[in-house]
Amino acid sequence: MLNALCLYGRYIDISFRSQMQYRASFVMLSVGHGLMTGLEFLAIWVLFDRFVSLDTWSLPEVALFYGIINIAFALCDACSRGFDLFAGMVKSGEFDRLLLRPRSTALQLAGQELTLKRIGRLSQGLAVLLWASHALQLTWTPEKLLLVLLTIVGGACLFYGLMILQATLAFWTTESLEIMNTVTYGGVETAQYPLVIYREWFRRFFTYVIPLACVSYFPALSILDRTDPLGSTRLFQWLAPLVGLLFFALCLRLWNFGVRHYRSTGS
Amino acid sequence: MLRPYLAILGAQLRILLQYRAAALAGLTTNLVFGLIHIMVLEAFYASSSAVHPMTYPEVVVYIWLGQAMIGLLPWTMDQAVVAAVRSGNVAYELVRPVDLYAFWYSRALALRIAPVLLRAVPVLLLAWLFFDFRPPPAPVNGLAWLAATFGALALSGALTTAMSITLLWTISGEGLARLFPTVVLVFSGMLVPLPLLPDWAQPVLEWLPFRGLVDVPFRLYLGHLPAEQLPALLAHQLLWSAALIGLGYYLLHRHARRLVVQGG
Repeated sequence: MLNALCLYGRYIDISFRSQMQYRASFVMLSVGHGLMTGLEFLAIWVLFDRFVSLDTWSLPEVALFYGIINIAFALCDACSRGFDLFAGMVKSGEFDRLLLRPRSTALQLAGQELTLKRIGRLSQGLAVLLWASHALQLTWTPEKLLLVLLTIVGGACLFYGLMILQATLAFWTTESLEIMNTVTYGGVETAQYPLVIYREWFRRFFTYVIPLACVSYFPALSILDRTDPLGSTRLFQWLAPLVGLLFFALCLRLWNFGVRHYRSTGS
Repeated sequence: MLRPYLAILGAQLRILLQYRAAALAGLTTNLVFGLIHIMVLEAFYASSSAVHPMTYPEVVVYIWLGQAMIGLLPWTMDQAVVAAVRSGNVAYELVRPVDLYAFWYSRALALRIAPVLLRAVPVLLLAWLFFDFRPPPAPVNGLAWLAATFGALALSGALTTAMSITLLWTISGEGLARLFPTVVLVFSGMLVPLPLLPDWAQPVLEWLPFRGLVDVPFRLYLGHLPAEQLPALLAHQLLWSAALIGLGYYLLHRHARRLVVQGG
């Protein structure tokens, strides 16, 4: 375990140094990424400017949802590049090389790259979150701080689980299934707003099938000290982010199942 | 005289139409994103009783047209042109007995037409059957939309080629061209329908070329812009296209005379 962590540290170190070889390019890419992903907040601002309120929600409250989910997704997106590239590795047969090495395949894929330009999305999400907290004059008790961190970690784990799931499906399809974009990018888009504004079938899907609400909507209610129109209890709102960790563990198990059934494409 | 360029257009189209499975995945993605946007706007409209520059049913149609025509937007570069500039193979293209600008422009048109051909009909059909997409109020609005869509295509090709030409200075394809999609998404109306943007921004939005890509054809479809305005709106699209083409042509040919070819 400790050995695995050391190895992961080395992978990250190498990835960091290789991307820092092109410093100007890194800065430009990060700024571009930040602007592109930050557009979504511009859209939210424009709509509030026009419509004033969204049901009973104010712009700073929606900004809190926006900040949390964007930070979580940026963290996942930075660390999951290997799984993103995986379908290509299956197609080319390159994955066989990973199997020969005496370390777990998930670790090797996770260590492929730490995509530094994702700091663009991370920093715009953080900026929006800080602005929201200031505008709402939230008092950050230690418990709330813990909850917001737990929510972000839970969210990052949930998205990582989805990335692993997408890669796992490639064991059978050898194609990357872009349909998964609807729950990853689409999930970020969805969770930027409180879940309660959506239609019921859609809410159910993102609660019970993909437990996205557990890492955004429910805990955010506790942070905002709002009661849930859907009727969840405070205790549940506090425990909900753990569902993200469970989801991750489940996806990792599926991955290991997929690895055991892997058949090389050969040549 | 046009024959070689039509051949380029046709060949490129046939290549791009090969990827049908990817198109199916894209179709689902379009539908889901369209639905998310619509539900968000539905909630906004439900929480305000004021009169807005666009009604909710109009916004729904606008969003579905957006998902159907998203491939028409000039927000990616022609990867073959990027590769040619980077590897130095652009030198071969200068040797060919065709005009380089017209060659790139024809390719850009194909790049924008193919995804729309694949996507527009199924997206709009499904949206019409299940998600409140409506036909235009009168045939004349539909025709005006069609005409303005060709205007949008001419404009999109000119903007795509303009992006390619910036490559001759930066090579890596980063910088200017990377920030370009952001501008296009906001100012065309793809991010949020332009009439919903703040009133103080409207004069600028009307002047800029980008509304010709999305907002103008869609509002003609809705009758939100009356069909009688078509000549003026088409002129706006075509004048901007001509200006961009003229500038691109001039820059490309001036640059080609003292081109430094990469590679060895």
